[in-house]
Parts: sequence; C-alpha cells; structure tokens
Amino acid sequence: MTIYGVALLALAFILGQWVGVLLGDWLGIQANVGGVGFAMTFLMLGKEWLVQKNQMSPEMTGGIAFWSKMYIPVVIAMAASLNVKSAVSSGSLALIAGIIPVLAGFLIFPWIMKKFHPRYHG
Amino acid sequence: MDKLVELIGKNGLIFGFVVIGFVFIIGDILSKTVFRSKIPGSAVSIFLGLVLGYLGGLWTDGEKGISDLSLFAGVGILGGSMFRDFTIVATALGANLELIRKAGWLGLVSLLIGIILFFILGVSIAFAWGIRDAASLCTIGAGACTYIVGPITGAAVGASSEVIALSIAIGVVKTIAVTIFTPIAAKKIGLFSPESAMAFGGIMGTSSGVAAGLAATDPKLVPYGAVTATFYTGVGCLLCPSLFYLILTFFF
Repeated sequence: MTIYGVALLALAFILGQWVGVLLGDWLGIQANVGGVGFAMTFLMLGKEWLVQKNQMSPEMTGGIAFWSKMYIPVVIAMAASLNVKSAVSSGSLALIAGIIPVLAGFLIFPWIMKKFHPRYHG
Repeated sequence: MDKLVELIGKNGLIFGFVVIGFVFIIGDILSKTVFRSKIPGSAVSIFLGLVLGYLGGLWTDGEKGISDLSLFAGVGILGGSMFRDFTIVATALGANLELIRKAGWLGLVSLLIGIILFFILGVSIAFAWGIRDAASLCTIGAGACTYIVGPITGAAVGASSEVIALSIAIGVVKTIAVTIFTPIAAKKIGLFSPESAMAFGGIMGTSSGVAAGLAATDPKLVPYGAVTATFYTGVGCLLCPSLFYLILTFFF
C-alpha cells in the first residue's frame, strides 16, 4: 500500500521535527536543532526495521520515493519564493558579506577533506 | 477568464505544480540547446526559479518572490519549509545510515569550522565597512551564517531593525551564492562522495542553498549534505548570540 510509505515518511518527519524543537527548547534557543536530520534517521531506521521484517513492499517504497523525486521541483519553487530582489539590491555590504565567505568556504573545503578525512590523504 | 483565475486562487498549490512543471520544461530545453547539456536541466531550472523570485520582488515589492502575486501563491506553498523539509527527509530513502554514522565526526568538525569561518568573515567585512558596535557586528556575522541565525541573533543582542534586515539579506545572498557556485565548483573541490557531501553541508550550512546546490550537482548527494546542514542553523543560533557575542564584547 502506497499510503503506508507516505505515512511512515510523515511519521518520521513529525517525530524528527519534534525532537529538533525539543532540543532547541532544551538549549534555550528559538530554533529547531537538526529536526530534518533526526527525521531522516528515523526514516532510515524505520525502513531498515520493516525490511528486516519483510514488510517493506515495493508500493510502500514508492510512496516515499515519489516525495524524494519531488525534491528538485520543490527547490525550484523555493528559489522562486526567495526575496531575491532585496538580496541583490540591498547594497554592496550584503553582497560582499554574502558571497566572500562562501568563496572562502569553497577554498577551505579541500583542506578540511584532506585534514579530517584520512582516505583523502596523499 | 475570471472563472479560471478564481479557480486557480482556490487551488493554488495545484497550479503551483503546473507552474514548476513549466519552469522545468524551459530549464530542460535551455540546458539541451543553449548549454549543450553541460549544465544539467535541474541547475538551469533552479536558476530560472531565482529569476522568477527576482521578477516577483520587482513587480510586487513583496518579500516572497513570485509567490507574492496572488496567481502564484501556490508556488510559495510548494516552496515553503513544510514541503522543503518533507521532500529532503524523503531523500533519506536512498541514503546509507552506516555511511552517515561513519562520517559523523567529519560532519561535526566541518559544522564547527563552517560556523566559525562564516561568522568571523562576516564580522570582519562589517568591521571593514566601519561598523564598530558589538551587537551590529554580531548580527551581521550571524547573518553570514544563515538568514535565520541573523534575525534570531539580532533580536537576542538588541540590534537595530536595519541591521537585522541587512543580516537577512546577507543570508539570502549566501543561499543564492551556494546554489549557483556549488555545481560550478563541485568537481574542482572534490565534491562527489557521500562523505564529502556531509562535510560540505557542514561548512556551508544554509539548508536551502546546500540542498539546491547539491541537487544541481548530483541528486544522490542531497541527503548526505542535508543531514549535516540541518544542524547548522540550530548550532549557529546557539553560539552566535551567546559565546560569540561575549567574545565580541571584549573587543568592542
């Protein structure tokens, strides 16, 4: 049943976001700390458990796979709903403080991979 | 025609699917013809999305891009945080939990380096612009992290509303920059494996930018980037208005 897959995804989403909000609350900040990450972990654990019990049917996987394929269209919709105009036109400080650190991030990235990920040595 | 507009108004989200489908067709055609398939259709489509966002702001003076036009309100629902997070979580279907566990510490290290790097550079650039009070510097540094860390920090340290608006703009510029530069730079910086995507998500942080940039690079990497990027805003909101602000007050 396709709905079982969608329901599993939705349940993992709600539980994960809940943990994120609770963690934020506990740390005393008004933000969701890692809700998406927790939700992803719950989904993967739930899937593994069902696979082991032989309860994960192809239709069920399809119910989740559909939403994962909708991801890029959602990102396009998100890009179209950003305040691009004010970002571009709010002066040189906004542009420079937004872009320079990103370029620095790209520059430092290979160094971090080399330094902290042994497989990339040499 | 009036009936159609009324119908679309009532079924905004459904019309949003039509609009995005249409954007994707144009992006795909442009990718195949103008860019001879060197830039993937999804990357061109995401860029077209940004153009629509710009035009929306130009026409309406609103804050939510094209979705401020009532006809396109559904695009805003489709591109809102609910669907964004829901579909990102769904990408975990293809992710390997063992891989994420193994690269967890790499993600954590890059998360901390990323937040510190962006904060320090944001503060330094604001300083170079002649800003000298700790609250404004801290808010701008936080805005260089993400457009959510900026206003939350600004509110916490008591920055002016102009500075808070500026910090949001900086964060949005960052999201756009990561979206556009990631597919261009991916090969050169060695961004191709799940581990590298996790480190990348930690350094760049902006969930929207990392997710969009990786989607345009290689959709298989999205869940790995997202799993670390999702902690960035939270940890940023934790560190910026507290520890980082405290350190800044020693100097200013």
